[in-house]
Amino acid sequence: MSKQVYYEDIQIGYTLPVLIKHPTPRQLVMWAGASGEFSEMHYDKDFALRMGFPGIIVHGMLMASFLAQLITNWMGECGNLKKIKTVNRQFVLVDQEIYCNGKVIEKYEKDNEHLIKFEIWVEDQKRERCVTGEAIVSLTSQEMN
Amino acid sequence: MGDIKLAAENFRKLLGIEAEPEYWDVEKGHIKRFAQAIGDENPLYHDEDYAKKTRYGEIIAPPFFLIDAGLVKLVDRLVEMAPELANINGSTEIEFYQPMKVGDRIKTVAKLANVEEKIGKSGPMIFLTIEVTYTNQRQEIVAKCRNIFIRR
Repeated sequence: MSKQVYYEDIQIGYTLPVLIKHPTPRQLVMWAGASGEFSEMHYDKDFALRMGFPGIIVHGMLMASFLAQLITNWMGECGNLKKIKTVNRQFVLVDQEIYCNGKVIEKYEKDNEHLIKFEIWVEDQKRERCVTGEAIVSLTSQEMN
Repeated sequence: MGDIKLAAENFRKLLGIEAEPEYWDVEKGHIKRFAQAIGDENPLYHDEDYAKKTRYGEIIAPPFFLIDAGLVKLVDRLVEMAPELANINGSTEIEFYQPMKVGDRIKTVAKLANVEEKIGKSGPMIFLTIEVTYTNQRQEIVAKCRNIFIRR
């Protein structure tokens, strides 16, 4: 885990270190088993093509989980992930490198909580945004320590 | 491409009806496998000694762990109602209120909240909005999830 991040340390525009992923067919099968999401388009190429997909595609929820990993491992144990929203914009084919990104777009205090809002997204090889979204995290304030 | 109109009519029959609550036990091995599937090596998800020293006091689950309960089952039912249509995950929105810990018993209540027909680039499609509320054994709301699936 990374060291504790404080609310005061974070400025608007701050960019998280990019998390690189390479979801393989094996990982999609592991994800299907662990999440209960057994839709055939994520492991059966014939089925995927028949249903109009360009090939085996990566689960949207797996990519959302990558973005959650990006945020939670950065925020440290005292941080809380309050909310996450992801929108799947393009299919991501299995077995390619993808890049998970986050950038601070807002910081504010509400109900005694110190909140940071991130824009989050996943880019593919062509650097197109396949998944976009937002996440809100509460952080510890140094004033409270 | 199946009959979109007919499928939409069938989906609408389920609108607003809450599925029977389901109960789901949070297990250590399951959390570990889930984190492995993501490739998330955060020790909070697998190392008891480590987790004990944190404010959680025990192993917790990664945020998206909850999709296995409630959501997937209703989605499966909706897929079976129109198997000829593709099912695409459009968007996911989750608000988290409490961590899920090993030994928790989570109650999930899922419902189909909206059915909307639209015309997209590939032709007609249906947007299905599913809402799920997760509550733990202490009657605390753990999370609320709102997911949109696209059928075409």
